[in-house]
Amino acid sequence: MSVANFTTPTVAHASTSTMGLSEKVSVSDLDFYYGDHRALKSVNMSLYQGRVTAMIGPSGCGKSTLLRVLNRMYDLYPNQRATGHVRLDNEDILSPSQDLNLLRAKVGMVFQKPTPFPMTIYENIAFGIRLYERLPKSELDDRVKHCLQRAALWDEVKDKLNANGLSLSGGQQQRLCIARTVAVRPEVILFDEPCSALDPISTAKIEELIDELKEDYTIAIVTHNMQQAARVSDFTAFMYLGELVEFGETTTIFTTPSDRRTQDYITGRFG
Amino acid sequence: MAFARSMSLYATRRRRNGVAVALAIGATLLGLTWLVFILGELLWKGFGGLNLAVFTQMTPPPGSAGGLLNPIAGSLVLTAVAVAIGTPLGILAGTYMAEYGRYDKLTFVVRFINDILLSAPSIVIGLFVYEIMVAQMGHFSGWAGAVALAVIVVPVVVRTTEDMLTLVPDTLREAAASIGLPRSLMITRVAYRAARAGMITGVLLAVARISGETAPLLFTALNNQFWSLDMNAPVASLPAVIFQFALSPYADWQKLAWTGALIITMAVLALSIIARVLSAQRKTS
Repeated sequence: MSVANFTTPTVAHASTSTMGLSEKVSVSDLDFYYGDHRALKSVNMSLYQGRVTAMIGPSGCGKSTLLRVLNRMYDLYPNQRATGHVRLDNEDILSPSQDLNLLRAKVGMVFQKPTPFPMTIYENIAFGIRLYERLPKSELDDRVKHCLQRAALWDEVKDKLNANGLSLSGGQQQRLCIARTVAVRPEVILFDEPCSALDPISTAKIEELIDELKEDYTIAIVTHNMQQAARVSDFTAFMYLGELVEFGETTTIFTTPSDRRTQDYITGRFG
Repeated sequence: MAFARSMSLYATRRRRNGVAVALAIGATLLGLTWLVFILGELLWKGFGGLNLAVFTQMTPPPGSAGGLLNPIAGSLVLTAVAVAIGTPLGILAGTYMAEYGRYDKLTFVVRFINDILLSAPSIVIGLFVYEIMVAQMGHFSGWAGAVALAVIVVPVVVRTTEDMLTLVPDTLREAAASIGLPRSLMITRVAYRAARAGMITGVLLAVARISGETAPLLFTALNNQFWSLDMNAPVASLPAVIFQFALSPYADWQKLAWTGALIITMAVLALSIIARVLSAQRKTS
């Protein structure tokens, strides 16, 4: 079996570098189907507490699909299903009894295109907080401020909290979305190509932010930009045609990959 | 050395373009001409009769002075009740089709039937409501009129609600789901907000559509010479009064009919402008 060939050595490889790290999310034997099309093939990998894991690979390799399994976003659509196990703190989130809203409160997501809600900047943040907590106005104000500071946006918006979230620039909107995600106090944050619609300066800000956020959150990021993966991540998963080809420490993947296809991809020979 | 472009080919294309543009402008002018004639005639004949009495006095018997207060009030009440019945139904059905039932077979069936209802002749709707309400109750009534108008409102609101919600990008729904919003809040707090201007426009267009409807009212609310807002009795309405007065042989009645037509047209014009402004705001926000 080709799958066994690729997964066995890489898992062993990862285990030497992950000593002392706690496993926040563990994916095992994950298959994913869009109708009859099998988009993920027996994927096994982990996200470690307080670390950034990058998922790279050519378009259509399944990296976004994998990300969307982790908060079960695919459940919004018909004919999409996952089999296997995905454990968040040892709780299987693929089980039918999983409460999706609670899962998504724990596993937040930032999207490729900034998606502020059509409401004020303040409301964009307060909305999520009010979902789970009953706070007096002054405390709510503090929390909103804290979240915006966390997303390095406070100084730019503190004088126009009542402006519409859509009036901000693209990079600011994306940071607003990060603040909104942080506001519901998730444990894991998933980034789905968060910088692909942004200019280099905004991209640098988001990367800096991811680096700061990883102290408190477990982070997974899908990216097409290999330099970005190398810059922000501690672990990297290389995916190809629905398979997880190689998973390990980012430095290892980018300097001494063990699979030929990983090497070809990161050196730009295909993809 | 530049290659030799065929100037005759280019000239032919330019000529054809000129002909096409001229035809397009001609067709536009032809359409606008009739509209200008109609509005001009309406203003000419209706504006002279426009005075305070029109809004303060009841419809007169032939030969005496009067106004249009009872049909104006009747039209407002019938329209308000029709919108009050039709809008919630339309919004709920449109929400089901765009959100909960987007991939269900039922949605395709409902959409198909809704499209038929959208283009159903209003006289058929009037006859239908006559059968199920007027014939059963034994008399014409404001309720029957409002229900007939509501049947016209529903498909318009269903259509615009579904269209406007479908325009809300899925990424926004995913964003709402990603902070753990349950579906109901995703719809009411995020999707409705994003589609709000378009949905309000749909309701306004429905109001514009029913405010000139005559046929369904003739079979249902009928008409009333006197002041009455009793929904269990016949209620006067502007279109019905225009119909009656315009066909009469009395000059003063005919004049009032023109004035009534002008009032309806102006009201519909105002609604359309509001709807346009709202949808323009939607595009820029």
